[in-house]
Amino acid sequence: MIILGLLIFIAIFAPLIAPYDPTQLLKTETRRDPPCIHLFGCPKEEAQHLFGIDGNSRDLFSRVLFGSRLSLQVGLVTMGFAILIGTIIGAFAAYAGGTIDNILMRIMDVVMAFPSLLLAITIVSVLGTGLINALLAIGIVSIPRFARLVRSTVLSVKELEYVQASRALGGSSMHILFKRILPNAITPLIVQGTLGIATAILDAAALSFLGLGAEPPRPEWGLMLGEEKNSIFSAPHLVIFPGIAIMLTVLAFNLLGDGLRDALDPRLTRSRSA
Amino acid sequence: MPQFIGRRLLLLLPVLLGVVLVTFVIVRLIPGDPCVTMLGERATPAKCEVFLERYGLNDSIFVQFGRYLVNMTKGDFGESIRFTRPVSDLIAERLPLTMELTLLAMLFSTVVGVGLGVISALRRNSFIDTLTMIIANVGVSMPVFWLGLLLAYVFALVLKDTIFVLPPSGRFTAGASLQDLSVYWGMTDLTGFKRFAVEFMSNTTLINCIITGDWHMFWDSLKHLILPAVAVGTIPMSIIARMTRSSLLEVLGLDYIRTARAKGLIEKKVIGKHAFRNALIPIVTIIGIETGSLLSGAVLTETVFALPGLGTAMVGAILARDYPVVQGFTLVIALIFVLVNLLVDLSYAYLDPRIRLD
Repeated sequence: MIILGLLIFIAIFAPLIAPYDPTQLLKTETRRDPPCIHLFGCPKEEAQHLFGIDGNSRDLFSRVLFGSRLSLQVGLVTMGFAILIGTIIGAFAAYAGGTIDNILMRIMDVVMAFPSLLLAITIVSVLGTGLINALLAIGIVSIPRFARLVRSTVLSVKELEYVQASRALGGSSMHILFKRILPNAITPLIVQGTLGIATAILDAAALSFLGLGAEPPRPEWGLMLGEEKNSIFSAPHLVIFPGIAIMLTVLAFNLLGDGLRDALDPRLTRSRSA
Repeated sequence: MPQFIGRRLLLLLPVLLGVVLVTFVIVRLIPGDPCVTMLGERATPAKCEVFLERYGLNDSIFVQFGRYLVNMTKGDFGESIRFTRPVSDLIAERLPLTMELTLLAMLFSTVVGVGLGVISALRRNSFIDTLTMIIANVGVSMPVFWLGLLLAYVFALVLKDTIFVLPPSGRFTAGASLQDLSVYWGMTDLTGFKRFAVEFMSNTTLINCIITGDWHMFWDSLKHLILPAVAVGTIPMSIIARMTRSSLLEVLGLDYIRTARAKGLIEKKVIGKHAFRNALIPIVTIIGIETGSLLSGAVLTETVFALPGLGTAMVGAILARDYPVVQGFTLVIALIFVLVNLLVDLSYAYLDPRIRLD
């Protein structure tokens, strides 16, 4: 939570914290200088660059800070999309039942038969490279997880007495679905969604690393790694810092997801106290 | 058991057909004229006519799908636009490396992951347990390609004067080359599946070296695969370690384990024979699911370590809009993933007799 809070703080206040514009070319600076940190003996007359300067003469610290905005957006947008579409498909399949359920779930099975990142890569190849298309691709491959989750929740509660009662009282299908059934799916959706954000951030970084996602000069962590991968032996700090940023962000969402699951799943709470 | 296998294979058919359909449809969804999209600036009306004719794009979509299915059963995945070579040749050339990398990574992730998980569960709340869980949590959050770069930096540069030095890129040391097995076995004029199989084995470096007895080359090749395999295997290793720990802890709390201990069995037998076998099902499931992550990881890691596998070829094909290659490679990887999950399903039956009787 602390890492995540810090991350959100950085994302919101990036323009105030960052010493430079993330896309600004610093023509006066030497390329790939080691980081100039005044505290560690870098002469005061030289401009301070905490994470050094990248291959295109931009301040890496500012780029990493601004990258947090993009990564959080990526995670939230893709998971928001996947949860929305997944919920619609899952709820519709479970509610309609029969052939429609069968067809929709077989489609989900087929999508899940592909390793998700590879399917995302293939979708990007069709849609064309770019951040929006990459997000769409990651969103699409994440849909089945949520569709299955919602479907199983709806199936497990749709025949319960309180739902029957609501139906007997003359509640419309939509009312029953949204007000009586779907609230049961919110807890597992939040847990899965939080863990999904971590995966989405990793996948988006991977697509950008391969040159299929965000395009230069966008300050995207995966893209920064892709641009600087050949500097690993000459200027490792250019690779280390964006990677740490990705790792910490993903770690924060993974820990949050695990924590939420432990806190919200009554079975786990019981087994812990037993 | 044969009935169980038969039923699983039958269930697999619709999924396989769906996978083929998706890879077929996805390429047809490309907006605009396929000729202009694929040939780019080289597209002239005359060239487009030849192109559409050659790739059968003038026929109706159903005819195209039928032909695609029939050709596929013969191992024909079409022709690469960029290289004007059959995609199956490219698969025979590129797939072996990706498979070697994936298998080595799977070996690493399973051995280390299960090992760490077992130690962690047996020494619950100890320093080792805490350390293992920290490693698992951090490991699962690391981007594969970043870990690959860091490993290359540490083992190729920082440790370069020690015995731990490992090569940062390439398939084997520059100048070295593999023997062609068809020449080694004196087989000429090979065609069809036989040619594919021999070429595939020729390009599977480790197998090739074992067959030809070239142990120097074997070690050289293995050294080049260690860092990529560790990079690819770290995320699955972390997940397997966590799963092994929780699964074993759950089983260790059950009554039959207490009975086993009460009747005086030695601890090694209680853990190895009674607890571990029952804890294996969720672990095997995770290994199956993680094959997807291993295959995706292999694609990313090949880029970092400049390895000529499916991944680097696929990225190249995407950027060059060589769709038959993208289509063929996606299909092959999805098929491997589906088949590994079938093996996982079958292993359940071996591990838990109740499943067989279901």
